[in-house]
Amino acid sequence: MSVRRIGNVVVVGAVLLFLALPILVIVVLSFSSASYLTFPPPAFGVRWYREYLGSNEWLAATGLSLSVAASVVVLATTLGTLAALGLARLPPLLRTVAAALILSPLIVPVIVVAIGVYYAYSRYGLVGTPVGLVLAHTCLAVPFVVTSVGASLAGFDRRLEQAALSLGATPWGTFRQVTLPLIRPGVLTGALFAFITSFDELVVALFLSGSGAVTLPRRMWDDLRFAIDPTIAAVSTLTIVLTASLLLVVHLTRQRGERLRASSG
Amino acid sequence: MSATASLATVPLTAARRPTRRNLTPILLTAPLILYMLVFYALPVAAMLLRSVDSPHWSLDNYRQLAQDPVFFQVFWITLRTALIVTAGTLLLGYPVALALAHLRRGPAALVLVLVLLPFWTSVLVRSYAWMVLLGRHGLINEALAAAGLIDTPIKLLNTSLAVQLAMIHILLPYMILPIASVLRQIDPALSRAAAGLGAAPLGVFRQIVLPLSMPGVAAGVLLVFVLSLGFYITPMLVGGPRDMLLSMLIAQQVDLINWPYAACLSATLLGATLAMLAAFQRLPGVRNVLRSATR
Repeated sequence: MSVRRIGNVVVVGAVLLFLALPILVIVVLSFSSASYLTFPPPAFGVRWYREYLGSNEWLAATGLSLSVAASVVVLATTLGTLAALGLARLPPLLRTVAAALILSPLIVPVIVVAIGVYYAYSRYGLVGTPVGLVLAHTCLAVPFVVTSVGASLAGFDRRLEQAALSLGATPWGTFRQVTLPLIRPGVLTGALFAFITSFDELVVALFLSGSGAVTLPRRMWDDLRFAIDPTIAAVSTLTIVLTASLLLVVHLTRQRGERLRASSG
Repeated sequence: MSATASLATVPLTAARRPTRRNLTPILLTAPLILYMLVFYALPVAAMLLRSVDSPHWSLDNYRQLAQDPVFFQVFWITLRTALIVTAGTLLLGYPVALALAHLRRGPAALVLVLVLLPFWTSVLVRSYAWMVLLGRHGLINEALAAAGLIDTPIKLLNTSLAVQLAMIHILLPYMILPIASVLRQIDPALSRAAAGLGAAPLGVFRQIVLPLSMPGVAAGVLLVFVLSLGFYITPMLVGGPRDMLLSMLIAQQVDLINWPYAACLSATLLGATLAMLAAFQRLPGVRNVLRSATR
């Protein structure tokens, strides 16, 4: 029995190492002093972070990615939250059709979406503009908002809204003071996932960013295709840290949401 | 009088309320539906139409595709890669899913973090990590050389093996999470009862746990297979010239401004994806696992 247990631990440990190792390697490499791709690094330093912070191209790409992602968050969270509220109350057939359209970006291969939007957007001068990226990324981000708001609505007691309305609250007041506080964790989770989706997105960006709207992943891609230097490792590490801290926020809001729901029902 | 007045208003409000209730959900959903149609569904549909409308309305482009050896070669490599990656993630993922389901809260949370962190690290960053690991002077070559196993670096990067390894790494969480969510719902009393009746640990696993986890396995297999079919970034970065997948052929045709061919290929890729989805959704339990996985 104990031999079996040890065997299990070894197998699971090996797979977890396989999962974690590539990410660890990137983080270690980003602090390398060498100017070429070698592992382990001959010495350590923050040379590549300085390189990143001193490069206007890298900073411009970062700024564009942040502002595109922020716009996507606003658009996707607004449209997605409203739709999630509506979907839960639609008649079954209509709901199935609407949900199929809204959730389909999770299933349709991204390359098909990417060339589809490239084909259509290029006719309207949207290729090479941040607007085009925001419009397309929002479609990819919306499923995450709808599912996470939908999940928070699943445990939602509709009688609370009815009570507020019967006590004389206006529909808008009911939404602001009753509905929104209860689904807020779902909305926040969806918003963060929307941010990460846009911030990390590359396939659509490869077709839409042209030369006028180079996002951070696009900049990394160009670098990787032509000249590899550890600046990418530094940038990767920064994006990993950003993503991990956003996920930590997601985790904390979920816990808070569960507590809130437990105390309300 | 007041009684008749209230009686008269009752059917009125009752008739008005349902229409209002039916309209609000539609008004709430409509903006997103319109948005998705204009900026996503219609663009993709317009692009796909190019496969049948040029040079004139016909299925000639598909007929050509059916006789194109390049297409069959690429389709076969795509299929083979997807099958290998699915098998690899299943083999590596199942033990981790078991551990996730059976460990106590603390250790399980640690395992979950280790599974989720790479899950939300971008595909680009993880593909880059594999370039670093598998390169001529990468970690694996250096380690093998240090151990005295090889004299000259072996070619790992830009091979089919590199594509498969990196894709298994990237898609592993999609296999682990649905299986773990099903395993967690299996009543532990069943395993205890089987063990109490004299079943060996392996027998309990084979006759109780494994069959009951099949919906999770099917959902994981579906997700990994479907996502593998459309992979683009990873094979572009770590694959060799002979590892062209369907998505790479599509992008290449767009670069050549050969829209009819690119649209044909896209329709084929989309069709294969939807066919897989339709086939797997018929399996018992898969629909529920997928629904809970999207939450």
